[in-house]
Amino acid sequence: MNFKMKKLLVLAILVGLVFACKKGNDVLPDIFAGFTRPANFPGPEYDFSRNPVTEAGFELGKRLFYEPRLSRNNTIACGSCHIQSASFTHHGHDVSHGIDDRLGTRNPMPIVNMAWQGEFFWDGGVFDLDLSPVNAITSPVEMDETVPNVIRKLREHPDYPVLFKKAFGTEEITDARMFMALSQFMLMAVSADSKYDKVMRNEDGASFTEAEQKGYMFFKEHCATCHSEPLFTDRSYRNNGIGPNRVNDIGRDSVTLNPQDRYKFKVPSLRNWQYTAPYMHDGRFLTLNRVLEHYRNGMVDSETLDPVFRQPDGTIGIPMTDEEKEHLTAFLQTLNDREFVTNPLFAEPEINGGMLVN
Amino acid sequence: MKRTDTKIGWKSVLLMATVLMAAACSKKDTPGPDAGKTGAFSIEFDNIVSEETFGFHPREYTNAKGEKFSIKLLQYFISNIKLYKADGSEYTVPQEDSYFLVNGGDRSTRFTKVMAPEGDYTKVSFIVGVDAERSKMPVEQRKGVLSFNPDEGHEGGGMYWGWNSGYIFFKFEGYCGLISDDQQGDPTGNKQFKYHIGGFGGYSAPTINNVKTVTVDLTQAGTAQVREGLRSNVHLFVDIMQVFNGPHTFSIPEHPNVMFSEYSVNIANNFPSMFTHDHTENFVRSEDEL
Repeated sequence: MNFKMKKLLVLAILVGLVFACKKGNDVLPDIFAGFTRPANFPGPEYDFSRNPVTEAGFELGKRLFYEPRLSRNNTIACGSCHIQSASFTHHGHDVSHGIDDRLGTRNPMPIVNMAWQGEFFWDGGVFDLDLSPVNAITSPVEMDETVPNVIRKLREHPDYPVLFKKAFGTEEITDARMFMALSQFMLMAVSADSKYDKVMRNEDGASFTEAEQKGYMFFKEHCATCHSEPLFTDRSYRNNGIGPNRVNDIGRDSVTLNPQDRYKFKVPSLRNWQYTAPYMHDGRFLTLNRVLEHYRNGMVDSETLDPVFRQPDGTIGIPMTDEEKEHLTAFLQTLNDREFVTNPLFAEPEINGGMLVN
Repeated sequence: MKRTDTKIGWKSVLLMATVLMAAACSKKDTPGPDAGKTGAFSIEFDNIVSEETFGFHPREYTNAKGEKFSIKLLQYFISNIKLYKADGSEYTVPQEDSYFLVNGGDRSTRFTKVMAPEGDYTKVSFIVGVDAERSKMPVEQRKGVLSFNPDEGHEGGGMYWGWNSGYIFFKFEGYCGLISDDQQGDPTGNKQFKYHIGGFGGYSAPTINNVKTVTVDLTQAGTAQVREGLRSNVHLFVDIMQVFNGPHTFSIPEHPNVMFSEYSVNIANNFPSMFTHDHTENFVRSEDEL
């Protein structure tokens, strides 16, 4: 076979594949491009060699993400409290209402850039993305179900054996395959198209305004230790001085049983903050302004308060003039990624002409 | 003389016949071990409560503190089985074949059946719980009782903490009338105690490690003779009373709920005292004989 013929053959195969994809999935054939690392991001934490993201796996994961059968009475899906327009958290809820409208004690964390996280939830109690759904499924205030029951329901459903076959080559529905499909969906939730990202990647001639640039300088000096770029979290656990809440949530200490971890919580990413209010682990602050005021002069001292907040003059917090605050706010505005929260790739699929969840 | 001779002769014949028969029997049932062959080996976890058989609520028992209690649920993981010979050599059962969930409510789960090379074993060891290495493995390497799959997995018994990734090694629940109805006791008023003991040492930050390795000497109550085509079964008594009466004796109403906490270390430290070797059944042809 000569070179030209080979080229033609490859082309024919590619065209065939595209058609095959279209046939297999007539919902969104063109926008799935697989997982790609944004140019300004580090290498992912997740081991993709174990669980490569495929279109069929992703589509199954999406279907499961929006599947209320994951809950005891088939009313609550992952997507009920992790809503795309809110950057996959529960906008407007300090804590989420799960099954039977039971309330939890923590604000649901956004499901964004999970590929770069090694530990999950506010206390880091779950160390594998694949195992994170177990927390929501079995929590009595979230889905109040057991994983074996979920698997039974999926096995009895007319659609799922076919979807698992497409994704994993077998109709047999197992815990590992269900978790891996959910991970594939969550891993694809990459948000890296904010103005900040475009400036960093020199895309579309994007550049910061003067206020944004000044805010960026302030940010790098006073915020970036914990909210480090480009994920805007250093993935550590810290006590940021908001003080214990009424249920006295001790945070990371509940996982490590180490008193030094008392009242420490995962440093959340600042990306998409505009869509994820309210803020803090219990959603106590409703606005960005209130958050910045907390760091300026609302901090509560305690033994485990992060030393980064201790100033040489003995005060605690981040000193900030009104002008600096304005600039910082301008910079933080550049972290919102509208394309991500409106990307149809992640939208709840229509099943038989209707929606499952929203 | 002649008469005496005859007498001795008869005795000798009898003796010889006996010896021959014994030899024949032993030849048939106990050929010398051939390490190239494998046979079935099991440890039987036969739950008891002090000097009584194991039974569920409303059956009542009394612990060392004089507190009456009854049992609602008992489940525990057994894993990482090893066999030792008198010469000090050991055989480690391949790890993936070495995870079992013993359920007090299902007698069929009391055996941890594995294959082992032929040999006469004088000691066994196992872990009560799931080792740290497996506890950190990805989901596709958590099979059988370690999976969440219906009918084979562990979650029907709720042997996993979803919020703090890790298996519950030992789950023991029941009732004690002395338990208070407030937050320190059982606010539902059901007088329930719950002991959910786990903790493999932590993933990225060190924390409690309740993985307990138990070693049982078999020389007193019967070595395990593993032979091809037959099964050797080491029958252990597992005295659940030792949860309360072990080296760390404690009161149920004082500690009615122990889960992932520092106090759980005390209860886990009682685990090794629960296991005693009662006897060994060798050359077993069918589980019905056990």
